[in-house]
Amino acid sequence: MTSLNMALKMFQAQIKLLRFLFLLIVIYGEVEHVYGVWPMPQQITQSTERYLLNPRVFALSYANDSMAQSGCSVLDVAFKRYFKLIFPDFAHGTGRDKSLRFGNTLRFYGELYVANIFRQKYLNSISCSVKLGLESFSQLVYQDDSSAYFVNKTEIEDYPRFQFRGLLLDTSRHYLPVNSILSTLDAMAYSKFNVFHWHIVDDPSFPYQSSTYPDLSNKGAFHPMTHIYTQSDVRRVIAHARLRGIRVLPEFDSPGHTLSWGKGQPDFLTPCYKGDVPSGSFGPLNPTLSSSYQFMSDLFKEVTSVFHDSHVHLGGDEVDFTCWKSNPKVQAFMAKMGFGSDYTKLESYYMENILNITAALNKISIVWQDVFDYHEHIPKDTVLEIWRGTPAEIRAELGRITLAGHRVLLSAPWYLNHISYGQDWRNAYTVQPQNFSGTEQQKELVIGGEVCMWGEYVDATNLVSRLWPRACAAAERLWSNEKKTSSVERAFPRLKDFRCTLVRRGIQAEPLFFGHCKHEYSGL
Amino acid sequence: MTSLIHDASAALTERPSGHTSQLSEQGKAVRMRALTLLGLGTLFLTTSCKDSHIDNLEERSRLSDEVSLWPLPQQFQTSPVAFKLSASRFKIVHAPGSTAGPSCSLLQNAFRRYFKYIFGYVNEQGQPRSRVFDSELRELQVLITSTDPECDAYPSLKTDESCKFAVVFLTAFVVVFVVLGLETFSQLVYEDDYGVNNINKTSILDYPRFSHRGILLDTSRHYLPLKVILANLEVMAMNKFNVFHWHIVDDSSFPFLSRTFPNLSQQGAYHPYTHVYTPVDVKSVIEFARMRGIRVIAEFDTPGHTQSWGKGQTDLLTPCYSGSSPSGTFGPVNPILNSTYDFMTSFFKEISSVFADAYIHLGGDEVDFSCWKSNPDIQKFMEQQGFGQDYSKLESYYIQRLLDIVSSTKKGYMVWQEVFDNEVKLKGDTQIHVWKMNPQYQDEMARVTAAGFHTLLSSPWYLNRISYGQDWQDIYRVDPQSFNGTPEQKKLVIGGEACLWGEYVDATNLTPRLWPRASAVAERLWSDENVKDIGSAYSRLEKHRCHMVRRGIPAEPLFVGHCGHEYSGL
Repeated sequence: MTSLNMALKMFQAQIKLLRFLFLLIVIYGEVEHVYGVWPMPQQITQSTERYLLNPRVFALSYANDSMAQSGCSVLDVAFKRYFKLIFPDFAHGTGRDKSLRFGNTLRFYGELYVANIFRQKYLNSISCSVKLGLESFSQLVYQDDSSAYFVNKTEIEDYPRFQFRGLLLDTSRHYLPVNSILSTLDAMAYSKFNVFHWHIVDDPSFPYQSSTYPDLSNKGAFHPMTHIYTQSDVRRVIAHARLRGIRVLPEFDSPGHTLSWGKGQPDFLTPCYKGDVPSGSFGPLNPTLSSSYQFMSDLFKEVTSVFHDSHVHLGGDEVDFTCWKSNPKVQAFMAKMGFGSDYTKLESYYMENILNITAALNKISIVWQDVFDYHEHIPKDTVLEIWRGTPAEIRAELGRITLAGHRVLLSAPWYLNHISYGQDWRNAYTVQPQNFSGTEQQKELVIGGEVCMWGEYVDATNLVSRLWPRACAAAERLWSNEKKTSSVERAFPRLKDFRCTLVRRGIQAEPLFFGHCKHEYSGL
Repeated sequence: MTSLIHDASAALTERPSGHTSQLSEQGKAVRMRALTLLGLGTLFLTTSCKDSHIDNLEERSRLSDEVSLWPLPQQFQTSPVAFKLSASRFKIVHAPGSTAGPSCSLLQNAFRRYFKYIFGYVNEQGQPRSRVFDSELRELQVLITSTDPECDAYPSLKTDESCKFAVVFLTAFVVVFVVLGLETFSQLVYEDDYGVNNINKTSILDYPRFSHRGILLDTSRHYLPLKVILANLEVMAMNKFNVFHWHIVDDSSFPFLSRTFPNLSQQGAYHPYTHVYTPVDVKSVIEFARMRGIRVIAEFDTPGHTQSWGKGQTDLLTPCYSGSSPSGTFGPVNPILNSTYDFMTSFFKEISSVFADAYIHLGGDEVDFSCWKSNPDIQKFMEQQGFGQDYSKLESYYIQRLLDIVSSTKKGYMVWQEVFDNEVKLKGDTQIHVWKMNPQYQDEMARVTAAGFHTLLSSPWYLNRISYGQDWQDIYRVDPQSFNGTPEQKKLVIGGEACLWGEYVDATNLTPRLWPRASAVAERLWSDENVKDIGSAYSRLEKHRCHMVRRGIPAEPLFVGHCGHEYSGL
């Protein structure tokens, strides 16, 4: 082979290489990483201009004129957390060259920017926004084939569509170890959920260890030592959530769904009768005894001080009247109160009392829709949560509740414990929470929604993979502009990417369809 | 015929105590003798213990609820006499006269594994303190009776899998069944209120109803890390499954690294290094499975389901045409080229040496004819061969030639039901794998067995299909022999497989989606056909899933409730 020939060959090879590089840039710049944020920001503009991030010198720090400075614990912790999320395989212990630090520093004022690369404006409160902004930023950073970190020049303006973006876990039907709850909170933060609705007790078990009534969990938990949440467990959950901008909303559901309460609190439940004699089984809470209200008042005094959220969930769903009907004392009480044989009046009487108790404790109540359906006299600030019905029934209920001036939460279409074969995230994605007939003012009373993961068939073994990434579909619906995110097909590749991000972060999020992630889940 | 007599009392120690009446009762039990008769692979066990034999099925399931065995053994007796097991003293040993000894690594590994399962969770105590128990079980003696214990053998289809033990004895013909027996033994051990391990005096004779009890995993639609496959084999052993059907390649990706054709995975895998199974990986899967008495049957599905093959092997797939020019897309394997058959010959030569099992699964399902129809060369070939417009004849032509190639490697083959439906000429030992729900699988089983072929069932056991609620009950109610046919036909049913196809499954959700739902299949394939009471199954399966959780396996719950030790591996 002559040298000329060889040179020609090399030249051809170089051309080939160049073409290849060009293609790569196009793919990375335009297809894979533009709009790489889930849920979709309100406004985002990105250019193909990309910048290298060097983990050795990159720092998250406070700008000089920032209102918050070092010592703001929520942000200090968030910086540390997000550094690891931005650079997942960065090995520690390598030297830091401080002189290069300010070259690309993430700063914030009321906005967040990385020296002329990344800019994000928020319309919400600062510390919360910064955390949400860090999340968006971390999702925009990507690695090329040589594992270098890049971010494209991006401008984002963002705010949530709904203020209440919740996720319900049920720790009564199965006990969930605290670690499961904490990792759920992590994943919630990645999807910008901001309310953890803790359905902490129910019929099967009472795992909340009350300091006022320790017998409730001593006798009502699956096991009084291993299957409980101690006060410090609860504090840990609340603290973990707070650092991620997540509120913890406790639910103590009554008067139904209280069988486990009865084990540790005698004379609390209604004894059911068979003919003239007690059958030995029990029904809902006994609403005829003043001791019941005293107990609830004491319990909620404790609960509202342990969970310092401004709201408390009182349940009030699915009350079965058969036991009340069988009990002669309840019948007598009904007659005395002039309720006739309308047991919904008895239920209303009970709920009214409970709502007064929590109101006296300066808490706003959230209740399931049943309470509204049966009852007209509930305080105006009570929030109703819709959990059942066909799409048409849900629309009608939304109209009725908002017409009555109540704020409302939607969870009926997001019962993610219901599983089916195939891509059911699509159904969760196409929900339209404000699609009902009503005025603009009525629409504004829809404050958000909740994903529910009821516990009949779920415990620590399958919780994470059943919840994620299906819950992400609801997260985007609750955060993003509905018009800009109406296409399921356009969401699919983004959600596929996002689920790989979750997997990379150690969240056991299941696949949407066949395919692969660069870094597969490596646990069991 | 040989006979072996063993004195069980040597393994039991008695300590003096004040409760003499109780002692004498136990003394009798302790002095029990086990007589083992061995002949032609059939095993009988007689003991001097006076417990009446429990024939009543209801009684049997009541007792089984207490001891919670899954899958339920064929015959067993249990008594209230309990022995304690001490982590510092209990040993699993080779019985005198056993044909297997400490050089049998398969057994040594199994001993260690099950010792850990039984005691692994107990707090280690620094110094053994002197304690007095009424009675204690110190040894489990394992007796292998075959002249060849098959320590190093690969598990085969035909071995007689019976195994039996009284509490101190585990007797089996060859070592594979000891592994199964150890699993049963470990399930018999329970913690009492003081956290002490106990075992009741029990004698069991056990053997499976079906010889083929399989799980299919699909590593093409999603890549499954080796760790996940191995963990799954471990759980299979806990459920007495004995076949791992490895659907290793398919349209989506080709993760099998072939030495002969490295380009197949180089081009066809999701990633040529991180998403492949190297020869060492495959070997370790086979060995790990062998240690647990599990066969590994590889499936290389052709002529359909081969999109990923085409990336690394040019001219293997049929070019599809749009009008008179190639459309750029490809269809099934091209059946008209000699190069195709040369490739298959070399490829399956490698496969037959990599996978030790006597059978290979050749697939043969869901061939889409539209691409073949579009291709003018294929049309010409059809004409030459006189196939007319019947493309299933072309499929048969391909399969026929493939079967000849595989036969020359001395392997038997399994195929999906279409190959039988399309009337391809098959060797007598071919196993027909029934997977379709339509036509009804019962009718298909009847047709296949009427034609004299062995068959196995998967149709109702597609566990990738999920729904809300306790779908394990439907899985449990299936009976592979419930079709219209003669007893001879029924005998041709060799078992079944639970399939977990990979469209929506990868390492993140595989284990909880498969277990304990596959356990329902396990009992159907192992236990007597009359074991079908859902109530009894529920309470045993609930405990069995807690067993699995205790061993670190994230098996999902059946319904509301709890395990003493919840899953904590997050």
